[in-house]
Amino acid sequence: MSAAAPSRAGLFDCRDSFAATIEALAEADSRIVTVVSDSVGSSKLGGFKKKFPERMVNVGIAEQTLVAVGAGLANGGKVPFVSAASCFITGRALEQVKADIAYSNVNVKLIGQSSGVAYGELGPTHHSIEDLAWLRLFNNLKLIVPADPWQTAEAIKAAAAYDGPVFVRVSRMVVPALDRPEGATFEIGKAETLLEGSDATIIANGTMVHRAVAAAKTLAAEGISVRVVNMATVNPLDEAVIAAATETGAIVTVEEHSVRGGLGGAVAEVVISTSPVPMRILGFPGFVPTGSADWLFDNFGLNETGIADAVRQTIARKK
Amino acid sequence: MSAPAVPHKADPVSDIAAQALWIRRRSFQMVYEAQQGHPGGDFSATDVLATLYFGVMRFDPKNPTDPTRDRFVMSKGHCTGAFYSVLARAGYFSEADLSTYMKPLSKLNGHPNRNYLPGVETNTGPLGHGLPVATGIAIAGQMDGADFRTFVLTGDGELQEGSNWESALTAAHRKLENLTLIVDRNRLQQGARTEETASLDPLDDKWRAFGWHVEVIDGHDHAQLLEVLSASPKGRGKPLCVIANTFKGKGISFMHDNVAWHHGVPTKEQYEQAMRELV
Repeated sequence: MSAAAPSRAGLFDCRDSFAATIEALAEADSRIVTVVSDSVGSSKLGGFKKKFPERMVNVGIAEQTLVAVGAGLANGGKVPFVSAASCFITGRALEQVKADIAYSNVNVKLIGQSSGVAYGELGPTHHSIEDLAWLRLFNNLKLIVPADPWQTAEAIKAAAAYDGPVFVRVSRMVVPALDRPEGATFEIGKAETLLEGSDATIIANGTMVHRAVAAAKTLAAEGISVRVVNMATVNPLDEAVIAAATETGAIVTVEEHSVRGGLGGAVAEVVISTSPVPMRILGFPGFVPTGSADWLFDNFGLNETGIADAVRQTIARKK
Repeated sequence: MSAPAVPHKADPVSDIAAQALWIRRRSFQMVYEAQQGHPGGDFSATDVLATLYFGVMRFDPKNPTDPTRDRFVMSKGHCTGAFYSVLARAGYFSEADLSTYMKPLSKLNGHPNRNYLPGVETNTGPLGHGLPVATGIAIAGQMDGADFRTFVLTGDGELQEGSNWESALTAAHRKLENLTLIVDRNRLQQGARTEETASLDPLDDKWRAFGWHVEVIDGHDHAQLLEVLSASPKGRGKPLCVIANTFKGKGISFMHDNVAWHHGVPTKEQYEQAMRELV
């Protein structure tokens, strides 16, 4: 059940990893079904549909029913993976996510595809940079933002194994496979320290993690020692945040999300209540202009240069 | 001030009638004691609930998550007076628990929570949630070739929520004959008549146009309810919509068809008068 092949040299579309993993899981567990809202192709579930046509429910363009049908299928003993564009499965069906999934505490896996600004050129209606802020309010809903193909596969496996509601946020923007020690494991709620450091910590997730690693390496060449934490699980948040604050004294968060209420907000809530240190939250300020995802990342400082600058400025605020 | 015990009767229709009387008395007592609730809708729905639980559905209250059970989804989740009364009466929990209705830390929320109470399938309260969830349950049953049935009770004003019509499409498309929707057609919503707010009529034609089999009945006639709801769905090839014509506040003269009783609560004198009428 390894990650799928790279979509172009050394870079991976994590949806392929999701698709390969869900097909393998479904082979082994007949309870696993998928639910889509005319989102077979965009979820890369064509292979699943071919192998298990009777185990895919397509409700049409109807996100409220999409999510609610997931809750009903769980009631009937299924393990549903409900997959659609992240902007719609969250925003359009938010009350179903709240009442039918989270508050009812049912065993449903919500997959938010093409999250962040993957649909950059399509504009803010199709950007999904609010999803984590909306969902983070549901305390029992696990939120996972995997950073690369391996972690996407592991997150899907962990979601299937966990008995309860989970949201996995998948990108379509290609990312490299991260360097990890042999035998690395994934656990919901556990952060992953990719680089050790003592002057500051960058806490990132999703597509921003490899950019954070690159920024930390640039800073290392200047003699600045930066820890990089891949905070794939936004809820529950790992206490690695507290260690980052107390041990490095400065934190920069980076996410493909609004600066309001996402990973940065979650980290800030912990930091302010435990050991306040200078912090900077990198992300999008709100509705952003139309442009490709890469253009948007560069324009809003969500790249190696922008992250490195933010780290230098945040360290400068340390007393 | 507890409701009187009702002897079990051999005749199913008169048994349902006796249970319905008990539910009306007990639920109104709950609302009176809590000084909160939605008694008008409790009373319009009572006969449907009594018929389902005491004449139609297959369930074991001692094994509330039995995979073979028939499911009931209370989409009009605000009518917990009637819903909790029927669940207690059916044996899911103690009738004494009903006296905790809406008190601090009670398992008997104003709206039902499956994690607190056995017999609740999904947490409702916001309207338009029950039918979509029930559709998912019915799909699971259809996938497995299981013979359990799924029933969902909605209000009529609630059908103004678009989510119902999304699910109406899916249920018909998938030929969910194991799914039965009952519309508590009391023609009143919180603030006014449905037809003065956002018209629903012709409601039966709407469901037929969406591909459902439709039955329009008197929602207070236990014999009609029993006949329509207990008929085997096998071979129908369509989901069933039962439009149960009802009255808000049915059974109590001063509440009958009176919009003020959507979430009105009785004074001591009104409560006593209601108990005199509910015999």
